[in-house]
Amino acid sequence: MTTSTNDGDVVHLHQPIGVTYTWSAGPGASAYLQGLTEGRLVGNRCPSCDLVYFPPRGGVCPRDAVALGPPVELGHTGTITTFCIVNVPFLGQTIEIPYVAASIMLDGADIACQHLIQGCAATEIFIGMRVRAVWKPADEWTTSFANIAHFEPAPTDSDQPAGAEKNA
Amino acid sequence: MRDVAIVATSQARNTTDSTLTTPELLMPVLADLFASLESLGVSRSDIDFWCHGSCDYLTGQPFSFVSAVDVIGAWPPISESHVEADGAFALYEAWVKIQTGEADTAVVFSNGKSSSGPVDRIMALQHDPYVEASLWPTMTATAALSARACLDRGVITEQQMADVAVRSRADAIANPNALVRGIHTVDEFLAEPLVHAPLREHDIAPIADGANALVLAAGDVARAWSPRPAWISGIDHRIDTQRLGARDLSVASSATIAAQKAGVDQGHIDAAELHAPFTHNELILRRALGLDDNVAINPSGGALCANPQMAAGLARVIEIANRVTSGSIDRGVAHATSGPCLQQNLVAVIENR
Repeated sequence: MTTSTNDGDVVHLHQPIGVTYTWSAGPGASAYLQGLTEGRLVGNRCPSCDLVYFPPRGGVCPRDAVALGPPVELGHTGTITTFCIVNVPFLGQTIEIPYVAASIMLDGADIACQHLIQGCAATEIFIGMRVRAVWKPADEWTTSFANIAHFEPAPTDSDQPAGAEKNA
Repeated sequence: MRDVAIVATSQARNTTDSTLTTPELLMPVLADLFASLESLGVSRSDIDFWCHGSCDYLTGQPFSFVSAVDVIGAWPPISESHVEADGAFALYEAWVKIQTGEADTAVVFSNGKSSSGPVDRIMALQHDPYVEASLWPTMTATAALSARACLDRGVITEQQMADVAVRSRADAIANPNALVRGIHTVDEFLAEPLVHAPLREHDIAPIADGANALVLAAGDVARAWSPRPAWISGIDHRIDTQRLGARDLSVASSATIAAQKAGVDQGHIDAAELHAPFTHNELILRRALGLDDNVAINPSGGALCANPQMAAGLARVIEIANRVTSGSIDRGVAHATSGPCLQQNLVAVIENR
């Protein structure tokens, strides 16, 4: 409903707009989203190049332009491929600064996903660091990647990728 | 000017309530197109340029078109572009790209999932945000204003409008992509109630989800890739003012200019596919393009029987190109529109040589 207010010499026209959509996840993303409701991380493998996509990007491999194959269940640990320490406050910010947003290559996946890193000081985070998912309580799970509260440092083990030693 | 032809096409079956995403709608269409290219020994890497037509407002998701790039295989990097418009306008961009000499081949594709939201209301957002959009003029409401202007001026009648629907739905019987089809009579249609006065249900295209694609190629490449290329002998698009109140809604003056520039009157026209999602649109466009009664209008049933937003214009091009390639016609006209009440119009003349 359009309304107007008069502020001295200036007339303000308030014109809220809104449209409601029904968004379909489609078969490609549905296994991923359904997996999240069950505390599972599900990607998809390309039948052509064998790469595993997590999340499954609309169900298509951008290298081969073919539909992704059946779901592939992934582990809950991974490696930080890059990260950003956020120190700048902005409108709508829901997390206390400073915080760390990182790209994480889950074990078994070939593209990185994005999430928060907590459980250590921001200055201790490094590219190549091993992390593991910290899930919210199961009764809070929805079809959202936010079912994972954040990732935290994982104990290093023998499967740590080569070259992942801490930056000086 | 370089000679440019349409050498392959593909269309998805239109549906009314797809649960697929944009990439999933496009995937089978492009797979079909790639398959027809592979039969000629042509691979995706032989395509110089890609151009996509779609509208983020339909998906309700900013940059939704980016996900469509995955479907064409964007690694290693490719040269691609997107128009926030019907795929017919992506065709124009690709045609220009080939004219510049920067590309010899191009794939043009478009998709529209009109069922994701209230499309009639969504299309109100194409109006200027200050004066017209605040009134939420729906697509059908503005079309009704145009139909009323035509009727009041006496340039069309409700019988003629019903005639368009009768002919279109009968022609659509042979078109597997059509969503409404069948044998009807003018009397039967005129006995139906008005739904958006002066429009009745038969005057309004049903909502459709769809996707389509075609391959453009220049000169000898086109001759190598198709036994009978559908040559684009002329293409032009023009636009009228955005202000509805400043236009005569009973005409499409920009369509007239585009038709002249495209050379519609430079030879006999066998068939025309006019992007007319409302019956009176067709009547306006026939006059605007100067098409006489010998021209077969919308032999596919037209956008009136299947109107996937942002893909229905490119579908008109494909319908004419397919008829030229199959040999059923020698010279045809494809028209696409954008904006409310036939505001922007593209006309292409497509012919056998």
